[in-house]
Amino acid sequence: MIQILGKTNIDFLGKKYYTLGLSFLIFLLGIFAIFQINAGNANLGVDFAGGLSLQVRFSQPVSLTEVREVLDKSGVKDADIQELPTEKKILIKLKKQQEGAQDIIEKSLKENLAAKEPIIESITEIGPKIGERTKRDAILAILAATVGILIYIAVRFRFHFSIGATVATFHDVMAVLAIFYLLDKEINLIFISALLTIAGYSLTDTVVVFDRIRENIGKVAKGAMTLEALMNKSINEVLSRTIVTSLTTLMAAFALFFFGGEVLHDFAFAMILGIVIGTYSSIFIASPVVLLLGKNSLLKK
Amino acid sequence: MRKGIYFRIGLIISTVILAVIFFLPNTPLFNYMPDWWKKNLPNKGVVLGLDLRGGSHLIFEVDLKRARQITIERIGLHLQSLLEKKNFKPSVKVEGERIFIQPVSDEVKRLVRENYPDLNLTEQGQNIVGELPESAFKRVETTSVDQAIEVIRNRIDQLGVAEPVIHKQGENEIVVQLPGVKDPKKALEIIGKTAQLEFKLLDEETTLWRELPSLIKQGEEEAFLNQWKAKLSENNEIVFQKIINKDTGVIYKRPYIVKKEVLLTGDLLAEAHVSIDQRFNEPYVSLRFNDAGAKIFEEITAKYVKRRLAIILDGNLYSAPVIQERIEGGNAQISGSFTLEEAKDLAIVLRAGALPAPVKLIQNVTVGPTLGKDSIEAGKMAVIIASILVVLFMIVYYRLSGLIADFALILNILLLIGALAALNATLTLPGIAGIALAVGMAVDSNILMFERIREEIRLGKTPKAAIESGYKKAFWTIFDSHVTTLITAAVLFHFGSGPIKGFAVTLSLGVAINLFTALIGTKTVFDFIYIGKERKSLSI
Repeated sequence: MIQILGKTNIDFLGKKYYTLGLSFLIFLLGIFAIFQINAGNANLGVDFAGGLSLQVRFSQPVSLTEVREVLDKSGVKDADIQELPTEKKILIKLKKQQEGAQDIIEKSLKENLAAKEPIIESITEIGPKIGERTKRDAILAILAATVGILIYIAVRFRFHFSIGATVATFHDVMAVLAIFYLLDKEINLIFISALLTIAGYSLTDTVVVFDRIRENIGKVAKGAMTLEALMNKSINEVLSRTIVTSLTTLMAAFALFFFGGEVLHDFAFAMILGIVIGTYSSIFIASPVVLLLGKNSLLKK
Repeated sequence: MRKGIYFRIGLIISTVILAVIFFLPNTPLFNYMPDWWKKNLPNKGVVLGLDLRGGSHLIFEVDLKRARQITIERIGLHLQSLLEKKNFKPSVKVEGERIFIQPVSDEVKRLVRENYPDLNLTEQGQNIVGELPESAFKRVETTSVDQAIEVIRNRIDQLGVAEPVIHKQGENEIVVQLPGVKDPKKALEIIGKTAQLEFKLLDEETTLWRELPSLIKQGEEEAFLNQWKAKLSENNEIVFQKIINKDTGVIYKRPYIVKKEVLLTGDLLAEAHVSIDQRFNEPYVSLRFNDAGAKIFEEITAKYVKRRLAIILDGNLYSAPVIQERIEGGNAQISGSFTLEEAKDLAIVLRAGALPAPVKLIQNVTVGPTLGKDSIEAGKMAVIIASILVVLFMIVYYRLSGLIADFALILNILLLIGALAALNATLTLPGIAGIALAVGMAVDSNILMFERIREEIRLGKTPKAAIESGYKKAFWTIFDSHVTTLITAAVLFHFGSGPIKGFAVTLSLGVAINLFTALIGTKTVFDFIYIGKERKSLSI
């Protein structure tokens, strides 16, 4: 039998104040990121911000300065030019819809960089009204998912667990959001779906831990063990499952990251972050929150 | 027990066969199938989303405010000519959404009521004021959007796009999906053009002509209109003709003064096609009106011989020929300085009819065919590599049991693809990502069980007992964890658009199928190997 971990006995909850403190900081950073996004100080995708985004493929490597010079000359204002993870491809973004900008960009690229054969591979043009609606839908989606999860956990477990699971899940979403903001990665609709997937994944992890805690609460005689010790025992028992599952899911996420193409690159990156953070939170955040909330009430029953 | 096993084995085999049958149309093998198969068995398979097959996803917004305005203006113009015919010397003006009619008399009121029973009439000083009730406007709005959809559908048919999807969204939006469209820019131009063709009379009597400059620069139209508005007679308006300097390519605008009254519109067209002028080798669009249109055209040309008739499309004057004589048969032509391509496009939009109100493009997501192909390749690659990594890992870590989990994993992917095909679901790039992630997460159920079984073995149980209690204890954990994923997937499905919906579909199907493969698939194999005869050890 190959084992990554044998029978462990780690005191996870002993470090709860450190981990909760750290996560609180991350959480604050996430809140800060949300305010920055709201104020328009983040790399928002055109699907939210509205505007024009063109993905251009060249036959040879091209530098951003080269493209910027061409665009400046053509009179297109405030173009944001980004490199894509796939070689020879760039992304040109315009915040505001400018009349005929797409034609001007296409024409000037073809004229000035003819040797590198620019081809416009994709066009995304979003009016401000659609952008606003997409933003509203994304916020509603996150709220609806949170409420749905809260209700389900509350029905299946006890209320304290529901709070613990929601806090842990929210923490993961905030952390990934904060990291994306700090790295200036594009926040778009695909990223929001990554966030919701992460929420689902992290919750799965948390549910597995809670399930074992619930099972053990039923087994241990009243007063034989403190809740904290019981939680530690439960987490240790499911630890190898938690890590093995995270590993296999990480394998899939890494496959997407390296081979999935530029559209899925950031999605995969968010998933990798989410899997790591979600694993952490199911161990270090979810249970401590339940413990702090329900120290006395849980073991009595 | 054994009976149960055979039933489950049968169930697994039949689901796999079903999945293969449903997915077959997506493989080249389908071409070799006999005709009865192609006809009677599933033949659609998985549909590729626009992000994978390339194409345009457009959303247009119908300008409802303008639709209301146009309705009121039409009523105003009609009333003016109606009352003129009855010799009332009327003055009908439209301000905002109200019509002011002079003179005030019961006879005028009666005529207006007869023609427009919807119009609420009140007397205000020197005017009869007519207003449409909101319910009538609402009707106008709905029919405008429905008509616009019809017109757009006609135009797209002329473009020759295979399997376009056109539908209404919300109150005033039209969604247009053009899979595999070759020239998205041209499609946009043709769909978005209002194509309101109007024939108006040039006002040659006004002396304002002499003061107007003959050419202005493109972009200065608005300032120009503001400058001259005050001097214009209230029955007149200024329209522009586009003039291109053939040497420099610079575009100029030539202003014309025309009467506001619309003599004839493109609604009554029967046919429009491109012809080439033999003398100048220039393309023009020749028009033929239907019977009603031809009759009006004949009346106009008889009444206004030697006057100039302005042919105006979407507010731009194309030509203003002198009427030489009365024209019977309803044939006319639009010449102007356009290229053959432009003339062809113009003929298309004229044939398909005018939009009842202008539309505005509010979303355009276009993916080129090469990017779509690259995405499919990259997505396939990612799924294959993810599968290989996970399969190898499971064998190395759980040995024979891992192999059983891998069997479940492959079953999972097969059934997932089959289910997508059975639902004719649209596979998008995020959907492929969903499959890759499902591969990673699919083994989770088995990992949960295996870890549980390992625990039971550590407690000293026999393989048979360990498997039984491992499955039993892991069941609710697996169930709970799957339901939570389903909740987020359902939310994504409800709020997401296009590609995201595709992701939600694969994710939720993947999770649901996983319940089946993990609980029934692997359990059956275990039962088959371990339950029949009691073994001493378990390879896990």
